[in-house]
Amino acid sequence: MLLSLSGAVAQGILWGVMVLGVFITFRMLDIADLTVDGSFALGGCVAAVASVNMGLDPVVAILLGTLAGAVAGAVTGLLHTLFDIPAILAGILTQISLWSINLRVMGKSNTPLLGVDTVFSRVASALGVSNNVATLIIGITVAALCVVLLYWFFGTEIGSAMRATGQNEDMCRALGIDVRVTKLIALSLSNALVGLSGALVCQSQKYADINMGTGAIVIGLAAIVIGEVLGRLTPGKLQAFGSRLTSAVVGSVIYFIIRAIVLQMGMDANDMKLFSAVIVALALVIPVIVERSQARRAFKRGADR
Amino acid sequence: MLTLSNVTKTFNRGTVNEKPALTGVDLHLEPGDFVTVIGGNGAGKSTLLNCIAGVFPPDGGTIKIDGRDVTRLPEHKRAADLGRVFQDPMRGTAADMQIDENLALAARRGQGRGLSWGITREEREDYHERLKMLDLGLEDRMTSKVGLLSGGQRQALTLLMAVLRRPKLLLLDEHTAALDPKTAAKVLSLTQRLVEQDSLTTLMVTHNMHDAIRLGNRLIMMHEGHVIFDVRGDEKSKLTVPDLLRKFEEVSGGELDNDRMLLS
Repeated sequence: MLLSLSGAVAQGILWGVMVLGVFITFRMLDIADLTVDGSFALGGCVAAVASVNMGLDPVVAILLGTLAGAVAGAVTGLLHTLFDIPAILAGILTQISLWSINLRVMGKSNTPLLGVDTVFSRVASALGVSNNVATLIIGITVAALCVVLLYWFFGTEIGSAMRATGQNEDMCRALGIDVRVTKLIALSLSNALVGLSGALVCQSQKYADINMGTGAIVIGLAAIVIGEVLGRLTPGKLQAFGSRLTSAVVGSVIYFIIRAIVLQMGMDANDMKLFSAVIVALALVIPVIVERSQARRAFKRGADR
Repeated sequence: MLTLSNVTKTFNRGTVNEKPALTGVDLHLEPGDFVTVIGGNGAGKSTLLNCIAGVFPPDGGTIKIDGRDVTRLPEHKRAADLGRVFQDPMRGTAADMQIDENLALAARRGQGRGLSWGITREEREDYHERLKMLDLGLEDRMTSKVGLLSGGQRQALTLLMAVLRRPKLLLLDEHTAALDPKTAAKVLSLTQRLVEQDSLTTLMVTHNMHDAIRLGNRLIMMHEGHVIFDVRGDEKSKLTVPDLLRKFEEVSGGELDNDRMLLS
């Protein structure tokens, strides 16, 4: 049980990098970017092929996976900004085409990483620790680095313009911000993180699979929602940007811990997607219901007077 | 500073909803002109401002700002020359960002945006001084989210943002129409102060004829998509509201039908 929990924590952190990517589009731009399912698998497939077929260094393989994710995001971005295709539809188009592309990249539906180095096996042998601990070390390092980089980036001039784009495009245009460019950068950056996460997960599980990204967007949204609920429950209400990013990663860890627990309790692994969807749906439904019931109560109070 | 020649715009051309919004506007603004624009419902006042700002391209004619032909330029590329305040206080600011962050965005209007920090310490000090001038106490709330401000405060902030980097032309599209009378008067006197302080070339659409007469050095009246009356200087300052109504009936052959205008 403990072993499976520490495995869940490690997995949660690696997936947390993807959640950071989803956070950029979902919370900064207010777009549910469906590219994610495809770009996550793309990152994994590219990384696997780079190290197995091309014999490249595992670090280079991960960078290539990241880059591939960024390109996928740019395709969605161009479809959305240049040709005015609604963001959701643009994401679906890229996601579907990535299915075929991923098969082309691997030439088959999965690629095991047999007999090749991964960043995890390297760190494990260099430090003389177990694979699980190595995964934790690398996961925490990468996730922390990403949080710091994003925190810095969204404080820069471009980053500020990007945050403003998600809130008020009219204002942005009036202030000389080309919202097509800011959205394109945001989608690329987001999917680069998703690709990075896919590559890391691929190396940690030692295979890439055409299905590895299916449902990733829902996991990402669920993790964000869990993180935000936790943030709100924490004293001091973690609303600052840095803590919002951190709680997205923490949300991912919690998600995978919950997952490990319910699987341990005998839930069918195939029901996990239903479970994630219910979490996200509840998180979206509850605020609406609360607002309506508040409006109804306010109305009655007025009538009593 | 601004020259429009024969600018035309028709919405939904070729459909049953076809609506000619601008039917040949010729207008020239000298540097430092403060022009108030009045007119009935659908006279083309907002369309005129939107064409100048580049929200949509005109169907014909040319628009020049300070000698530069901007007719086909997209909105964000014209922004370097323009300061804008909208009617809706929500449209001019980013609600979930801080007051100082909004100002910093405006300070970079028309500038390249790179990877340097989005706001510097000197800027914050400068904003503090400028916010103090508004006399709304905002200088002590610089890190508050703009969404927490009232409509009037947001509009005052938008105004400050519009002039933070001196614009060649300031476009005000009924920017006090959504405010209560007292707040509107405050925002209007602030407008006057900021415009005079930097002697900004300004185009202000208003539905209030008293304000149109009281403010600025020139007044134009629009009807059915073009300018029907254009007065300036002494002639303008001697105008009265009945004068304007009479003038309107004389030129247009009908009664002025701006519901808001008649109420104010």
